[in-house]
Amino acid sequence: MSATAIPASYTGRKLGSLRSERRWALWVAYASLIIACIIFLAPPFYMLVTSLKSSAEISNLSGNPWLVKAPTLENYIELINNPLFRGFFWNSIIITVCVVIISMVVSVLAAFALARMKFWGSQMLATGVFLTYLVPDTLLFIPLYQIVGGLGLLNSIWGLVLIYPTLTVPFCTWIMIGYFASIPKELDEAALIDGANWMQMLTKIFIPVALPGIIAATIFAFTVSWAAFVYPTAFVTTPDQMPLTIGVVSQLIRGDTFAWGQIMAGALMAALPPVVVYAFLMDYYIAGLTAGATKG
Amino acid sequence: MAQVHLRKIVKEYEGGVQAVKGIDLDIADHEFVVLVGPSGCGKSTTLRMIAGLEEISSGEIDIGGSIVNDVPPRDRDIAMVFQNYALYPHMTVYDNMAFGLMLRKFDKTEIKRRVENAAKILDIGMLLDRKPKALSGGQRQRVAMGRAIVRDPAVFLFDEPLSNLDAKLRVQMRTEIKKVHQTVKTTTIYVTHDQIEAMTLADRVVVMNHGNIEQVGPPQELYHHPRTRFVAGFIGSPSMNFMPAKLEGNGAALTLHLPDGIRLPIPAARTARYAPHAGKDVLFGIRPEHLTETRQTEHRANVAVFEAAPEVVEPMGMETLLHFWMQGHEICARFDPAVEVSPGQRVPMAVDMDQMHLIDPQTDLVL
Repeated sequence: MSATAIPASYTGRKLGSLRSERRWALWVAYASLIIACIIFLAPPFYMLVTSLKSSAEISNLSGNPWLVKAPTLENYIELINNPLFRGFFWNSIIITVCVVIISMVVSVLAAFALARMKFWGSQMLATGVFLTYLVPDTLLFIPLYQIVGGLGLLNSIWGLVLIYPTLTVPFCTWIMIGYFASIPKELDEAALIDGANWMQMLTKIFIPVALPGIIAATIFAFTVSWAAFVYPTAFVTTPDQMPLTIGVVSQLIRGDTFAWGQIMAGALMAALPPVVVYAFLMDYYIAGLTAGATKG
Repeated sequence: MAQVHLRKIVKEYEGGVQAVKGIDLDIADHEFVVLVGPSGCGKSTTLRMIAGLEEISSGEIDIGGSIVNDVPPRDRDIAMVFQNYALYPHMTVYDNMAFGLMLRKFDKTEIKRRVENAAKILDIGMLLDRKPKALSGGQRQRVAMGRAIVRDPAVFLFDEPLSNLDAKLRVQMRTEIKKVHQTVKTTTIYVTHDQIEAMTLADRVVVMNHGNIEQVGPPQELYHHPRTRFVAGFIGSPSMNFMPAKLEGNGAALTLHLPDGIRLPIPAARTARYAPHAGKDVLFGIRPEHLTETRQTEHRANVAVFEAAPEVVEPMGMETLLHFWMQGHEICARFDPAVEVSPGQRVPMAVDMDQMHLIDPQTDLVL
């Protein structure tokens, strides 16, 4: 009845307007994406271009800074052959591996307890864990300096291994609480009846089922640890203890002399591990964050 | 195999809300008992207390001669099948079934023997290498049952295991569960809100309402001799019709006065039983299958007839349901599909008075 009452012309106009609305939405979407790509990709592109130039070409202001006339790998070769740079890399690897292991052990155990073992104050504690993440590291490094100094770990990578988890554990725990909470309660009840204790339930059921969440949390801990800048700047002073982030900046800038080619090459090489990790595990990262956001 | 005894079991939540209000129940060895009732009646809470998944506020649970109030679920010698199957998604069917045995450090050959035996009983031998996500709902439910069977526990607990299946599969799985019980004969406690499941599966049905047990008995006893209005209305589909009535007469002959001037004589066999209630308002209860076309009751005694005009006629194939309203009360009659009835058409209806029930509206007890 109602279908025949609608004039054909009306239906046509409606469809037409829908098509034009969609076209507009696509235009806006593509324009936004192009602008976003330019904003985000311009710095790494400039870094790549500069890292492939010789010092002479960089200091020559007459050419277009976005183009390379004579590409060269000399900046990369010099850095790789520099034992100091290899030391920065090695320090970053040690710190990151240790921090990721500590963060994941602590946050998985904490999240399991907070999500599943209901005890007095567990809800408040879970909120408290997240709130600590909201305190910026620039506020924390002064009191932490006192603590690390008191422990005799100033100017040591082990001091960084000790304090980086203050950045990683709260957020990793939050991601894992969300993930564990999304696992049906019947699964742990079935495991309890099957004869599992809490630890077996965690290791044999929860960890394998929550693997995407664990991967997401691991990527987060890895990224934070690899890219940390404020804490190493404050706590480490000698080159042999520096990670990549401050090593590249502090050792390749001598007074007012900037080794731009090597700085850019060093920064690109430092960015490579996170890029590789994200390229392979992006889907897990998104899945893990989504579970935490919607079901946490 | 074991007996299960519940003694004055209470479950009280924070804020004083009582989900289970001091129930007593004795379940015999090998028995299949179904707890049935509407949502929130306390049936699942009772099952979970037996499993050890909920703490008991007061009372005692005895499984196989031991009080298990403070015994963790893993040591109660029970196995449970959940509504949503609760299969471990990262394990194969074989590993799901073997998991409980592995935790209990069973020998690998014994695990294999038990899993294969259970798989044979449930006809899931070809699924052992698959993960749960590659199984249909019915197959998942079989695996969940297999996980329970391999343990060879003292008691099987089923928590609405068929609720997630479609109607056809539910009927099929119902038969499977009955077949499995006849094979393994393990004491079984089964929770459902579906009274048809309860009637078809149970040796005894426990009808629960508002945290209390309303009645316990074999399905036929509950159907023919309900003790309360709730049980009378809950058991049977379509459910029993209730009409307000007045019981009139003296000790020698009693008559029910229904709305719209309908008079139904009480059978002589029941006169003595109902005589003390003469002159009182009662509820007249009659099942749709005992309110039929006159042809079906031609040669029966104690049949009363009145006329009514159905407002809705539902042809079901094997029967036709007629719905009419009597002073605001919906009444359903079950007619032979061969009898053609149109909505609004006045038809004679035969009431089999031997199957009637009278209920005291004050106490809701069947008289």
